Amino acid sequence: MKPQRSLEVGTGLFVLLGFAALFFLTTQLPGSGLQFRADGGYRVTAKFDNIGDLKAGSPVSMAGVRIGRVEAVAFDPSDYRAVVTLRIDPQYDRIPDDSDASVQTQGLLGGKYIGIGPGGSDAFLKDGGQIEFTQSAIVLESLVNKFFANFASKGSEGAADGAAAGSGSEEGK
Amino acid sequence: MMLTPLQRIGRVGVFFGRLLMQCGPALLRPRAVVHQIFNAGARSLIIIMLCGLFVGMVLGLQGFDLLQRFGSEDALGVAAALGLLKELGPVVTALLFAGRAGTSLTSEIGLMRATDQLTAMEIMAVDPLRHVVAPRFLGGLIAMPLLVAIFNLVGLFGAQLIGVQLMGVDPGAFWSQMQAAVELDDVAEGIVKSLCFGVACSLIAVFEGYNSEPTAAGVGLATTRTVVISSVLTLLIDYMLTAAFLGR
Repeated sequence: MKPQRSLEVGTGLFVLLGFAALFFLTTQLPGSGLQFRADGGYRVTAKFDNIGDLKAGSPVSMAGVRIGRVEAVAFDPSDYRAVVTLRIDPQYDRIPDDSDASVQTQGLLGGKYIGIGPGGSDAFLKDGGQIEFTQSAIVLESLVNKFFANFASKGSEGAADGAAAGSGSEEGK
Repeated sequence: MMLTPLQRIGRVGVFFGRLLMQCGPALLRPRAVVHQIFNAGARSLIIIMLCGLFVGMVLGLQGFDLLQRFGSEDALGVAAALGLLKELGPVVTALLFAGRAGTSLTSEIGLMRATDQLTAMEIMAVDPLRHVVAPRFLGGLIAMPLLVAIFNLVGLFGAQLIGVQLMGVDPGAFWSQMQAAVELDDVAEGIVKSLCFGVACSLIAVFEGYNSEPTAAGVGLATTRTVVISSVLTLLIDYMLTAAFLGR
């Protein structure tokens, strides 16, 4: 009866493993199943007009070096802006509190990340602080529109008018 | 008993119908089915995991090289996950299954045929379709989706190993972009494919064994045919299912 039992145990293990894999694939892969909730570090928030496709888990970098992660993305219905919670690694605790945050793109098709440019203040960002100066994601389509509007007007009028028409077309959007 | 191809297709159809009728009664004896899940599934586990790891690693390497040219290495997670879930997982697993489990099913049943065991059962009024063929068919059918899921998981780990650990793709971007882009439909597509491949590969394997010529050469020929027909059929069904899923 021994080999029969080991066979059944083996089959049970295999089926269990298979269903565990299926479970992981169906529940964890789509949607935000895995959470990047590393301990340590401190959290600051920043409000953006437009964050593009920034997601929880995207990197936060300063001078090109990753210093933290986007922990959560929420929408503030009171002023129609996106509230992004950043978790900064604990060793980077000397970021001036007047630093600016901008949503930037990695490469041509890459994902979005948050770049922080240092300010000049002597006070540093603390847990629960907020970054006041923010710059939204650059939407590629509006940039292309601007370029073509600029290009078209440059042909008929002068270069200076072209620039004015270009900025005008963006306001029109 | 050389059959014309058309006749053969018809016989597979009739055989499939008769087999389906016996699947219900066969499920009432789960011990035999469990035995066959062990044979087809658990015994294929090592080769499936090994191949999954290497397919995932190659996907990580090639995907990284390709995406780097567009400066979007972060999309590696999406590329690897979709590639594995929708195509590579089900197809490569089915090809491996045909070679590893399909051949053993065919030669086992073929040898039973050659040594007149199946005929003896028929004489004793024991339906070999119910007691020999159906449990093997069901075992393969149940094992396939599980093997595919394990293959996908190990493959994803392999892609992560190369992309994140070796090539330095940001792990947050790797996983978060993957989770944002992969939808339940993509996972479902892989599961449906794996079920269809499970039916096709198991059916071909037991059919070829059951209808093999009762000689040593006949069993060998049937085994070869199992691998060839299963592989071609897998790729054919894969194309049709992909076309159906994409709605073109």
